[in-house]
Amino acid sequence: MMDAKASLPAYRFVWNFSDTIVIAWRNVLRFIRLPQLLVFSTIQPVMLLLLFNYVFGGAIGTGGLKYIQYLLPGFLVQIVVFGSSQTSVGLAEDLSRGMIDRFRSLPMARAAVLAGRTLADTLRYTFLVLLMIGVGYAIGFRFHNGVAPAIAAAALAVLFGFAFTWLSAFIGMSVKDVETAQVAGFVWIFPIVFASSMFVPIATMPGWLQAFAKINPVTVTTDTVRALALGGGIIDPLWKSLAWIGGLLLVFLPLAVRRYRRIP
Amino acid sequence: MAEDSPATAPLNKVSDAAISAQGLSKKFGKVTALNNLDLAVSPGTIMALLGPNGAGKTTFVRILTTLLSPDAGQAWVLGYNVVRDAAKVRTLIGLAGQYPAVDENLTGRENLEMVGRLYHLPGQEARRRANELLEGFDLAGAANRRAKVYSGGMRRRLDLAASLVAKPPVLFLDEPTAGLDPRSRLGLWEIIEKLVKEGTTVLLTTQYLEEADRLAGHIAVLDNGSIIEQGTAEYLKKCCGGDVLIQVRLADRSQTELVSQILGTLGDGKIRTTPETGEVSLPVVGGTSILAEVVRRLDASGVVLADIALRQPTLDDVFLSLTGHTVESSAQSSAKAKDAEVSKRKPRRGL
Repeated sequence: MMDAKASLPAYRFVWNFSDTIVIAWRNVLRFIRLPQLLVFSTIQPVMLLLLFNYVFGGAIGTGGLKYIQYLLPGFLVQIVVFGSSQTSVGLAEDLSRGMIDRFRSLPMARAAVLAGRTLADTLRYTFLVLLMIGVGYAIGFRFHNGVAPAIAAAALAVLFGFAFTWLSAFIGMSVKDVETAQVAGFVWIFPIVFASSMFVPIATMPGWLQAFAKINPVTVTTDTVRALALGGGIIDPLWKSLAWIGGLLLVFLPLAVRRYRRIP
Repeated sequence: MAEDSPATAPLNKVSDAAISAQGLSKKFGKVTALNNLDLAVSPGTIMALLGPNGAGKTTFVRILTTLLSPDAGQAWVLGYNVVRDAAKVRTLIGLAGQYPAVDENLTGRENLEMVGRLYHLPGQEARRRANELLEGFDLAGAANRRAKVYSGGMRRRLDLAASLVAKPPVLFLDEPTAGLDPRSRLGLWEIIEKLVKEGTTVLLTTQYLEEADRLAGHIAVLDNGSIIEQGTAEYLKKCCGGDVLIQVRLADRSQTELVSQILGTLGDGKIRTTPETGEVSLPVVGGTSILAEVVRRLDASGVVLADIALRQPTLDDVFLSLTGHTVESSAQSSAKAKDAEVSKRKPRRGL
């Protein structure tokens, strides 16, 4: 019954979409029902935001700007980058528990397992970004550049997370177990998050580190989100940021899909 | 290799059999998982692939369920090539893998509905089918509980139910009862028998001789990636040298070698000794007259018996006479390795 229609492009498109939604739904449920995952992905960043603002904030010179104003835009960017490490952990878990085998033996859309997961993760980033903006507002952060740029700032952070999710998905299907997936994230996340303009102005760093920090995707995206939130020069960081997002997607989306098809 | 187009492939074999494989080979690095394997399973029957861990059972199932490509050879499900027509094959098969693939964070019902939706059943139909399966697999009471709290037996049943959502005509079960207690195993056997009665073709892999004997009309014995013998359980038992075994247990365990020498000329097959338990088994045809002779000889040599009995050969005896090693001896060592692997929660990418 299903097979005759299967070859029609219209049906195939609808099924790609509906399969993706089913998988996304499953991953969102998983996120909601794993209390420790919810705790770590919400309480931990809230705590970090408070610590950075109140512990280091006073000592970091940001050119007259209140530190929370400087910190929060970057915080939105780092939270999605850290959040994206969950994608590889979840996929590695699905692989080790045979879920991926089950999905691959079903007559479902081949791309849906990855698309569904990245969609669910993108919803998660949206939630995290909004939560952080709320906490930021409670401790003194304010958007100074109007509503539309504020929305654009949040959207850019989420989009940035979407790009990194595909990198993370590729890692999740390349490593051999869940533990490796967990630690693999930190290898790349810490350098790009800390060696950036997120916590401190990069002018305070040694020259060699500045060179890295300037081209770091976290820096250019933080600068863009900051400019959208507070005003200031936007063209230069914006195109660099979009170039990074496009580049990451262009490389890691096909790599991840290819990996999924050829799981040994 | 057999790079035949469908037209030149031996059509009879391909189209008559529900599952067939020709010259199937697969290597992982230097390890040969499958070596030129041929197999055919008739529609509506159940075939057991019997062999120890590492014999290639899971590799075979993964190739037939389109999860893995063979290095050489071809395989078909209901006449569809598992490589070329993979998408079509996926609509015809159900797979229950070696470990239950259930989403722990979803309830039993949600797991089945999810699979139903992925088979593109309409929402209502997916729900109806989920309820039907929960009922049939004795999971209705736990339907709204998360699979995380399910017992091993319940997970297995849920996994099997998930593989049946689309009522596939061909079912692959990779060690379906591994790690289950005897009662759960019996329950699962009854379910499988019922499916076959309803017309499903089943290929199951097992290390349990009892399981193959009980379920399968046809058994293929797999060792080192090749099928070394196949036939009915009765046939396999007979081909190992006799239709009955005389088994003696000695009061003095150190005498097993001596006894095997004394009885050496009497039997119709290879004598098997187990020094650890002091047992000696002698395959014979038409046992009773030889039984008396065995007792006479042993008595004359002054060997004291703790027990003597006639028994039916088990598939373990078959495996031993075919391969020279027992199923348990190789299964136990790899079972240990498997436990270690599971405790580290490594992904299952074994053979």
